[in-house]
Amino acid sequence: MSTVAKDDRTQKASVGTSLRRKEDPRLITGRATYVDDLDAHGLLHAAIVRSPEAHAKIVSIDTSAALERDDVVAVYTGADMADLGGPLPCAWAPEGIEVNNPPHWPLAKGTVKHVGDPVAIVLCEDRYTAVDAAEDVFVEYEPLPVCMDIETALDEGAPLAHPELGTNKSHDWGLGGEDIEEALANSEVVVERRIVNHRISGAPIEPRGVLADYRAGSLTLHSSTQVPHFVRLFTALLLGMSEERIRVIAPEVGGGFGAKLQMTGEELLCAWVSKQLARPVKWIETRSEHMAVCHHGRDQIATVRMGATRDGKITALHARIIGDMGAYLMLLTPTIPALGAFVMNGVYDIPVVRTDITGVFTNRCATDAIRGAGRPEATHMIEVTIDQLAAELGMDRLELRRKNFIPKENFPAETAVGIVYDSGDYAGALDKLLEHIDPAQVEAEKAALREKGILRGIGFSTYTEICGLAPSRITGPAGFGLQTGLWESAIVRVTVTGAVTVYTGTSPPGQGHETTMAQIVADKLGVDPQNVEILHGDTGTGAMGLGTYGSRSTAVGTESIARATDKVVRKIREIVAHTLEASPDDIDVMDGKFVVRGSPDKAMALADVAGMAHVRPELLPEGMEPALEETSFYDPQNFVFPFGAHACVIDIEEATGKAKVVRYVAVDDCGPAINPMLIDGQVHGGIAQAIGQALYEHVAYDEDGQLVTGTFVDYALPTAAELPMFETDRTETPSPVNTLGVKGIGEAGTIAATPAVLNAVIDALRPTGVTFMDMPLFPEAIWRAMTDAKGGAA
Amino acid sequence: MGDSTVPVELTVNGQRRSVEVEARTLLVHLLRDELGLTGTHVGCDTGNCGACTVHVDGESCKSCTVLAVQASGTEVVTIEGLGQEGNLHPLQEAFWNNHGLQCGYCTPGMIMAAADLLERNASPTEEEIRTGLEGNLCRCTGYHNIVKSVADAAEKMRDGVSA
Repeated sequence: MSTVAKDDRTQKASVGTSLRRKEDPRLITGRATYVDDLDAHGLLHAAIVRSPEAHAKIVSIDTSAALERDDVVAVYTGADMADLGGPLPCAWAPEGIEVNNPPHWPLAKGTVKHVGDPVAIVLCEDRYTAVDAAEDVFVEYEPLPVCMDIETALDEGAPLAHPELGTNKSHDWGLGGEDIEEALANSEVVVERRIVNHRISGAPIEPRGVLADYRAGSLTLHSSTQVPHFVRLFTALLLGMSEERIRVIAPEVGGGFGAKLQMTGEELLCAWVSKQLARPVKWIETRSEHMAVCHHGRDQIATVRMGATRDGKITALHARIIGDMGAYLMLLTPTIPALGAFVMNGVYDIPVVRTDITGVFTNRCATDAIRGAGRPEATHMIEVTIDQLAAELGMDRLELRRKNFIPKENFPAETAVGIVYDSGDYAGALDKLLEHIDPAQVEAEKAALREKGILRGIGFSTYTEICGLAPSRITGPAGFGLQTGLWESAIVRVTVTGAVTVYTGTSPPGQGHETTMAQIVADKLGVDPQNVEILHGDTGTGAMGLGTYGSRSTAVGTESIARATDKVVRKIREIVAHTLEASPDDIDVMDGKFVVRGSPDKAMALADVAGMAHVRPELLPEGMEPALEETSFYDPQNFVFPFGAHACVIDIEEATGKAKVVRYVAVDDCGPAINPMLIDGQVHGGIAQAIGQALYEHVAYDEDGQLVTGTFVDYALPTAAELPMFETDRTETPSPVNTLGVKGIGEAGTIAATPAVLNAVIDALRPTGVTFMDMPLFPEAIWRAMTDAKGGAA
Repeated sequence: MGDSTVPVELTVNGQRRSVEVEARTLLVHLLRDELGLTGTHVGCDTGNCGACTVHVDGESCKSCTVLAVQASGTEVVTIEGLGQEGNLHPLQEAFWNNHGLQCGYCTPGMIMAAADLLERNASPTEEEIRTGLEGNLCRCTGYHNIVKSVADAAEKMRDGVSA
């Protein structure tokens, strides 16, 4: 694999090398600072009283016993928060689309809508006492009917999650060909499947946490968040404060996966309480709270119809999606299924594609972005259905895919839904995958294993995804309807000694951007990445930024840094050229110096240039401002579209239905690699999260709306013992969208992997008569599928 | 607080410590809140995640599952005591070299659990590493590079490359 940097003027290139991370020394020694590691003089600890009911009227709240306890400072309920500027925000308000958006308050007002809905907050001098006192708050509830089934939620007489709306529908939205029914009717073969994508939890190992400190008219809010700037904006609007009075800091953040892409009630609540009491307030989410109230992901049921000719040319694809919004629309809730619609073509040249989405309210926790957010669901629909089509046509699954790939010479390729894929070589990725795994060999292994009671299967997924959120002209108010642009900012500052400080508006929760961003800057300035400091996650230190999600921190955030660095380099070239009497175009970066091309002895080190720019600005070219600092605001012209080909080999114990992934091979393309080791790490984690969803994880509620997976005892994250070593490789197809040619990689593994796992399971089960099933692929579900198939055959 | 406090005397990272805590105080909260050793983390309520793993008398222990008073008289080692910048334990070095961590939240517990594993088995197979770390959850890495890191550290420790 090519790991050589593209810029031939740079020697000792860092880009393309597997530099070990700059973040790690503090993390491996226990010296990092997460929110719960922070203390403050006079700190109060908060505990939140939460609803045990899925849907109920609050008859009364008695806080007297709690207030009688020693060390309890205050208890607040929703009635106390009348001064809030409004309910918690949903950022989607598309023109021409009616969206029902019931008010969502940090503390419930009158009714609770799901288990865990907050009812009161207790403030104590001591963490343990806060928990005791919360149990002393007595709430009388009058239970109301619960809405739990999204497929019958819109039927006449269905229980209403929000009776005042008169319906359980939040919205209808569609994208793509109006002529879909005609295209399907004209198809020689149509395969239809009902595909369930069940509810999961992001479950970062660090739960959420907030420390709010309001003093003298200013608020400092530490939060374990991926979006500090959004949190500042909404906190300002809802508390009626001016933005410059609020500083939001995301300290070390222990994983996000979308779970921390939110403006949460707890953030607002702690800020509000700190303002009331003029004392710092800390709230740390327990795992049980996380499972009940931190927004969940997925939870869609789709009816997918794929039309094709008998010889395997796909002619039409329709996805009819019902999405469970949960009880409220949070920051991006209704947009999540829609994100999938943008890539409903998958990697295939399909002439007519349409997605129709209905959002439905239930008395469950809200859904919102969890790693992949809409694209895993879309990819799952496409890749599972194409396997079903192959079986229907009696074609090889990979041949059917190849026959329908968008050819590489077609890029940039506009799809049937009007999105332009930037670059791709889907056959190339599949070819590379098959260099690592031979499907025929897996087939040959099946018979001998079957005799030992093992069903072996192999499944594939060839995918693309849409990331690098986002071109504002497409996603903003005039387009998709998000009420913000999604550009990114960067400041690159060379100090007087030649040290480099970079500020980014992204806010990474663990990926390693302090390293990869430094690699990009270092090569451009001819310095060691160790001397480039990346600052992030603090609204007080730089320009407005938009945060980390949607695999945007490299394709948008780092591109913004690259552009600011290029501006600095341009200024340096002008200074060096002016000083050494050369042309700026003839100045190259060599061995850490700016050198006049062809005259290696005529050179200035970065520190010399920086020193002159700061200390002797009178020596700079006429009219040039002092110092070396530049800012960039970058709004991409298009998304970027990573892609790849994955294969999963799975073994199922025939007696028990227990499935285990025995091999997983992934070929991914995110453009030129900045740090191959970190790319592999993102792919590993993404695949693991998808295998987790497919085989082990399910946020389950009973019919009364009680959460039955409230802890890690019931919600099974995969452990090391459940997973194999992953075999990874890459192809490198640059994106024309940005100067670095890069695409995102944080979500790709999660987007690609669930269909590979399910297709492998179905392949393994075919000898037993099973031809289709849904996730989660728990042993019992697989055993029942096999048993039912046997019964059907008998 | 107040009436129900009990004295706890223990050795933490080689230093003798004597504190008064409420009887119900968990060891992890004594370490974090009383002694300021915040490298030991809390990630669940149920003893599943292992982010709080420390060593008590040389064996790995989930410090959210024991009371501080139960640790009275013991020797406790936390991530801060295992190795420091400039004097890293081979496991810390191996996790760094092999990208065995991303967000870092599970990492101290993972390293402490792995240190105990290598103490008991200096040459673990891949499968032994995986089952040995079953009590520690990571959401970022898919464990691939954690397994690599532990195998790498085991090899270096056997070769005596690092102290």
